[in-house]
Amino acid sequence: MANVITDETIEYVGILAKLALSEEEKEQAKADMGRMLDYIDKLAELDTTGIEPMSHVLPVQNVFREDVVTNGDESEKTLKNAPGEKDNMFMVPKTFE
Amino acid sequence: MAKQYETVIGLEVHVELATKTKIFCGCSTAFGGAPNTHTCPVCTGMPGSLPVLNRQVVNAAMAVGLATNCTITQYCKFDRKNYFYPDNPQNYQISQLYLPICRNGHVDIETSEGKKSVGIHEIHMEEDAGKLIHDEWEDCSLVDYNRSGVPLIEIVSEPDMRSAEEVIAYLEKLRMIVQYLGASDCKLNEGSMRADVNLSVREVGAETFGTRTEMKNLNSFRAITHAIEGERERQIELLESGQQVTQETRRWDEAKEYSYAMRSKEDAQDYRYFPDPDLPPIYISDEWIAQIRDSQPEFREEKMARYKTEFDIPEYDIGIITDSKHLADLFEETVAICGQPKKVSNWLMGETLRLLKEKGMDPEEICFSPENLAKLIGLVDSKAVNSTVAKEVFEVMFAEDMDPEKYVEEKGLKTVNDEGALRKAVEEVIRANPQSVADYRGGKEKAIGFLVGQTMKAMRGKADPGTVNKVLKELL
Amino acid sequence: MDILAYSAVELSAAIKQGKVTAVDAMAAVLSRIDERERDINAYVTMDREQALKAAAAVQEKIEKGELNGVLAGVPVAVKDNLCTEGMRTTCSSKILENFVPTFSAEAVVNLEKAGAVVIGKTNMDEFAMGSTTETSAYGVTRNPWNTDHVPGGSSGGSAAAVAAGECYFALGSDTGGSIRQPASFCGVVGLKPTYGTVSRYGLVAYGSSLDQIGPLTKNVADCAAVLEVIASHDVKDATSINRKEENKDTDFTAALVDDVKGMKIGIPRDYFGEGLDGEVKDAVLAAARQLAAKGAVVEEFDLSLVAYAIPAYYTIAAAEASSNLERFDGIKYGYRAASFEGLHDMYKKTRSEGFGAEVKRRIMLGSFVLSSGYYDAYYLKALKVKAMIKNAFDDAFAKYDLILGPVAPTTAPRLGESLSDPLKMYLGDIYTISVNLAGLPAISLPCGKDSKGLPIGLQLIADSFQEKKLIQAAYTYEKQ
Repeated sequence: MANVITDETIEYVGILAKLALSEEEKEQAKADMGRMLDYIDKLAELDTTGIEPMSHVLPVQNVFREDVVTNGDESEKTLKNAPGEKDNMFMVPKTFE
Repeated sequence: MAKQYETVIGLEVHVELATKTKIFCGCSTAFGGAPNTHTCPVCTGMPGSLPVLNRQVVNAAMAVGLATNCTITQYCKFDRKNYFYPDNPQNYQISQLYLPICRNGHVDIETSEGKKSVGIHEIHMEEDAGKLIHDEWEDCSLVDYNRSGVPLIEIVSEPDMRSAEEVIAYLEKLRMIVQYLGASDCKLNEGSMRADVNLSVREVGAETFGTRTEMKNLNSFRAITHAIEGERERQIELLESGQQVTQETRRWDEAKEYSYAMRSKEDAQDYRYFPDPDLPPIYISDEWIAQIRDSQPEFREEKMARYKTEFDIPEYDIGIITDSKHLADLFEETVAICGQPKKVSNWLMGETLRLLKEKGMDPEEICFSPENLAKLIGLVDSKAVNSTVAKEVFEVMFAEDMDPEKYVEEKGLKTVNDEGALRKAVEEVIRANPQSVADYRGGKEKAIGFLVGQTMKAMRGKADPGTVNKVLKELL
Repeated sequence: MDILAYSAVELSAAIKQGKVTAVDAMAAVLSRIDERERDINAYVTMDREQALKAAAAVQEKIEKGELNGVLAGVPVAVKDNLCTEGMRTTCSSKILENFVPTFSAEAVVNLEKAGAVVIGKTNMDEFAMGSTTETSAYGVTRNPWNTDHVPGGSSGGSAAAVAAGECYFALGSDTGGSIRQPASFCGVVGLKPTYGTVSRYGLVAYGSSLDQIGPLTKNVADCAAVLEVIASHDVKDATSINRKEENKDTDFTAALVDDVKGMKIGIPRDYFGEGLDGEVKDAVLAAARQLAAKGAVVEEFDLSLVAYAIPAYYTIAAAEASSNLERFDGIKYGYRAASFEGLHDMYKKTRSEGFGAEVKRRIMLGSFVLSSGYYDAYYLKALKVKAMIKNAFDDAFAKYDLILGPVAPTTAPRLGESLSDPLKMYLGDIYTISVNLAGLPAISLPCGKDSKGLPIGLQLIADSFQEKKLIQAAYTYEKQ
């Protein structure tokens, strides 16, 4: 396997993706990611010099809304599925020290 | 000899745009709604919701870019900036990294050391985050997404500033430009203009920059000045003691005049930007740019030059009046109605500034209309009210913008031009103040002042002091 | 005639003629569900009472003459990654186990306007990540043709429901073959429209630049009719295209013509190489010969870059997914871990407990390929390869009206066979994936069965906006 994924990398990706893996899952993730990256490395075979990266496949551009208020008070809907709520706001673990 | 250090400062200025709706949905941007009442599936990151760009945001960003001498990026895109935080409902912020809408601009500032040009690296469009409130009772935080999705532009300067004075001059200049464009009210204390300071120090003469820190939470010019001084000292102390400056984000606490690092092992600061697949690119044609350029207002410098030739008012007054777009508009519109620049200027420079200062208000908050100010000037001109009454009327007009003509009528404040009534009052005053009358007749000219005052009092202020004087002299 | 034997269009016609009612049709579907669901598990969520009530309301409107569309009164199953107002929408994930949307996906709104009646939500691979419907948090769905086999995925519940008569038609979504492959495995018709044809508003995003909603139906005529209803220009989706006004090419049912004379069909040699099952190969080539017999000009050609589509796809889809799935954080909706210490621990526990293994695998891969230092080598490179693949298709469509090939290398594998090796599972997407990268329309339709009695699918691919060519060729093939 060309790509060796270290514990540090898995730890780092876990911070980015907000995922905590068990030791067993970590080992599996290291192996899986290594294999996938080996496979993705196949792309390096292609010479892409001068090719514009294509993020949008169709030539659609300039799609706008006009600056007109269309929404009223939807707070009830907004909060309908909230796991924690207080005073019409979402309740979360404290963010300030 | 002690080493000499130079401070190198670049700013990231966020400006909340004064659009009616949010950047990607039809929710209102109005301030002060109850929590989460200005929200919808888009600005709260509901599954399945999609953003659609508000055209007005592009117009406003371009207008600011053109006014700061930027090149417009005619093919621009939005990117996602990924980071987890509760005020960021999708846990990515839609912003611009790779192709920001404006690049390579500059503004000229004036400081005690003369003129200077500050480079603008780029201006990009992005969405604001929601608001987090700490709940002491439950020891948790509460999230309100009313501000989530309010459009922002971020103006990123080059590291061209060397002192707090230059920073303040630059911010004042940006604020003036943005306010003149009507793109934002730019209030630091309310958060519609926010500045993050990137600062490093280096020895005078050094070629390369030192390691910089970024300072956040600066809500006033005073805080900015203190933070710059504090951070400069902190970095110099580190270097002098042989330590290194760490590149980091620091939060300024104005009350303690101290900054602390906002580090956490959970903050990787790796935002994984990539083009947002939900938003097609924007192509800005030459025609579109020309259209925005053509609709640019007259900016302060041009206005000042025009006032000098057009109106006979002091240069100092011109400086003050054009310092606020609202004040300048008020001035010009009132002059257009009454044709008396000098008198309009006097009202603005005198009573208006006095009341603003007294009430701690910004000129942008003035509520009275040019029509009503013109009417008040007309009332004074026609001697329908005297200057003392006019000032009282103005104070009410300043507070509630009522029609001064109607007000004077209704409250019976008009100067009494009935000579008969005045004569009666004067005769009564003469009768009641024999001593003063004797003094006057005995050659004490000044005694007449007291008699004028007494007559005005008897007339409840509604007489013209000149006429009172004349009648008194006649009857004495 | 058995009411369940009607196609969707036939059923609606029969309702309008007064032969049957929408309530009869719904009742028949519900009783079929009672019979088969224990074996098949096509649905995640159902509300029988509400379904019957909605059918009755539609019946009343039809009788009053207020509804007369081609789908009026027809029961439909909706993939569980399409939001349905008031009905739980889970994406077959634990993290959305209790999520009830406050709005419906535009495609669902369009169907309901046309009088179709939602039965319930169909099972899928969690967040549409998978090709077998085995990654669902709500149990596997089984193939109605042989319940030891998978139905395919990720729209496996939708395909199985159509094949088992548990609905008259279904909606699915296709990011890398998720409509076409299960349609192929279950012996039904499935179409992935040109990107931008059906609004994505209300579709819980997986790979936003690749996702499209499309129909799974009993036959080609139903497919055209459903597509005509769900295709719309939606101002709420900035990637939605205004086809009706610009090209007037969304009258898909007008393409139900039994004629392929002179139609140029290219067969990519690259699609018939190593890894393709012999029986599948024979059935697909036989279908090509039948179209040639009907007058189509069929020839082989080299479509380049086929081997690069999978790595490009998995890079792009995983990257977009890693970002799209960040919003599932236990704050605004869905699952929140029961105990945690502080904010970041809540994020991590909620997401680690709420997401299944395959979803986590793709989120981690996606976060990695976007991370500092790797963006250019992986993500940007994949976007460039995507551009090259699109160019290769442009070259092909300069010569051909359609491209013909298999949908998948094999027929439906046995349950449990695929998950053990993710990479092998990904390779199964080789014929479907490049269509999504290039934004093209493609259809999967049955073209026989293998020796085990499992259906084989034929794939036709057209240039952007040429769904009518697909429908015409598919209809012609189906007729013979």
